[in-house]
Amino acid sequence: MGRALINVPATAKAGDIIEIKALVAHVMETGYRHEVDGKPIPRDIINHFTCAYNGVVVFEADFYPAIAANPFLSFTTIATETGVLTFIWTDDKAEKQVETARITIT
Amino acid sequence: MEAAVRPAWIGLALAVLVAAVAVQPSPAQETVRPIAPQDRLSGSAFMSAEARALQADDASNPAMLWVKDGEDIWARKTGVAERSCADCHGEAGASMKGVAARYPAFDPASQKPVTLDQRINICRTINQKAEPFAPESQPALAIASYVGLQSRGMPITPPDDKRLKPFLEAGRSLFGLRQGQLNLSCANCHDALWGGKLGGSPIPQAHPTGYPIYRLEWQGIGSLQRRLRNCMTGVRAEPFAPNSIEFTEIELYLAERAKGMTVETPAIRP
Amino acid sequence: MPSPATRRDVLILGAGAAGSILLTRPSAATPEQMREAILELTNGAPIRPGKVHIDVPPLVENGNSVPITVSVDSPMTADAHVTLIALFNEKNPQPNVGTFRMGPRSGKARVATRIRLATSQQLTAIARLNDGSFWSDKVDVIVTIAACTEDS
Repeated sequence: MGRALINVPATAKAGDIIEIKALVAHVMETGYRHEVDGKPIPRDIINHFTCAYNGVVVFEADFYPAIAANPFLSFTTIATETGVLTFIWTDDKAEKQVETARITIT
Repeated sequence: MEAAVRPAWIGLALAVLVAAVAVQPSPAQETVRPIAPQDRLSGSAFMSAEARALQADDASNPAMLWVKDGEDIWARKTGVAERSCADCHGEAGASMKGVAARYPAFDPASQKPVTLDQRINICRTINQKAEPFAPESQPALAIASYVGLQSRGMPITPPDDKRLKPFLEAGRSLFGLRQGQLNLSCANCHDALWGGKLGGSPIPQAHPTGYPIYRLEWQGIGSLQRRLRNCMTGVRAEPFAPNSIEFTEIELYLAERAKGMTVETPAIRP
Repeated sequence: MPSPATRRDVLILGAGAAGSILLTRPSAATPEQMREAILELTNGAPIRPGKVHIDVPPLVENGNSVPITVSVDSPMTADAHVTLIALFNEKNPQPNVGTFRMGPRSGKARVATRIRLATSQQLTAIARLNDGSFWSDKVDVIVTIAACTEDS
């Protein structure tokens, strides 16, 4: 997989609802397209995403081919403690892309 | 059903739509009144609010994925010279500020104008002693996006260089030249009919303010040449060869036509 | 009721196919298939309209990337929260779009993403609450024909 861009506030107060944006480079090939010569292009999508906050999953998503190329997600979580948010995208080949972001509670 | 969704249908649809725009056949060269400077609008002015919001937020704009790749390329040593862009140019934020806003520029070595993409490849070949990037390849688009971003918010400032003049005038002629089976010039749509509709899509003024762009239609990023090729195939013309002087000449005229407009790279377009 | 594709549908599909979603299957998912996919989620439990809100432009200029936000009226406390939001469509090749799981730690029941729409159609979002109830919203989206596409 390719590049990912994560947007998480670097600092927050305990109890704040923070918005997280996660963007990853991926063709999200639907499996419904053909090459010019008629050969089908095999499906190749990211089918799963998780966001864990200090090891606890706080948000999870299943993707289908109707999710646009270079998948984007925006969701929220409550800032609880200083630590690490871990983002994992898994594709049809079971390859994983892992990104992390630190958050400090002030 | 299968046959019904083949691109042949699209061609017919476009041909019908173009006919509906009612451009009368006339001599190959004609004068269409250029857009007055105060009436000029970026392509983003014709987009939906959603597409504009996407361009305005770097955390949502998918083109930023390529910008970040370009940032890595900038810092990576490469070629026989084992040299990175940064080794010579330092911080891109300082050295590349305004650079994309003044291309195409005259290249004394070849005695021709070169686009920014071509300039980057000249630098790779001569200074880094590396292979040039293939046209429209992902690294070529990434580095162009990163360099382009450094001029975001600045006015397009084509160089005031006498040596460019004949090429600029050639570009102006090409912009007014009717081409292809639909016999349309760039000016027929983008000078004379901007603000109108082609099917469901607004006809913009065709200003090169945001390249490379992330085009929703492409589901990826692409260069101005790719966009011009789309236009040429749209009017059923044979596109100029990649990196041909004709493309550079049109780019020169587009830059002159958009002089003073604001660089938006990396822009979103529908 | 599935209906034969109109000429306009064909043109819209054709335009979408040029650079992107080439629909090579004979037809899109049907509203029946969407109902089946929803039934799989709810297991026959009743679905009530309300609480859920889909925010999507009514008219989109390119079906390859349509921004959409689904939110649910919920205090998102341990006692009362949304556990899942699922998004369905009736005319893409398959009825599922995405499924999103959340809980009281989410703070808000809200998710935004970007989706593909092969043609004009109705979208359905269903939320499952921790009490086992299901709530929904439906919205119609019109997808217009893109001009000057890659292979037009």
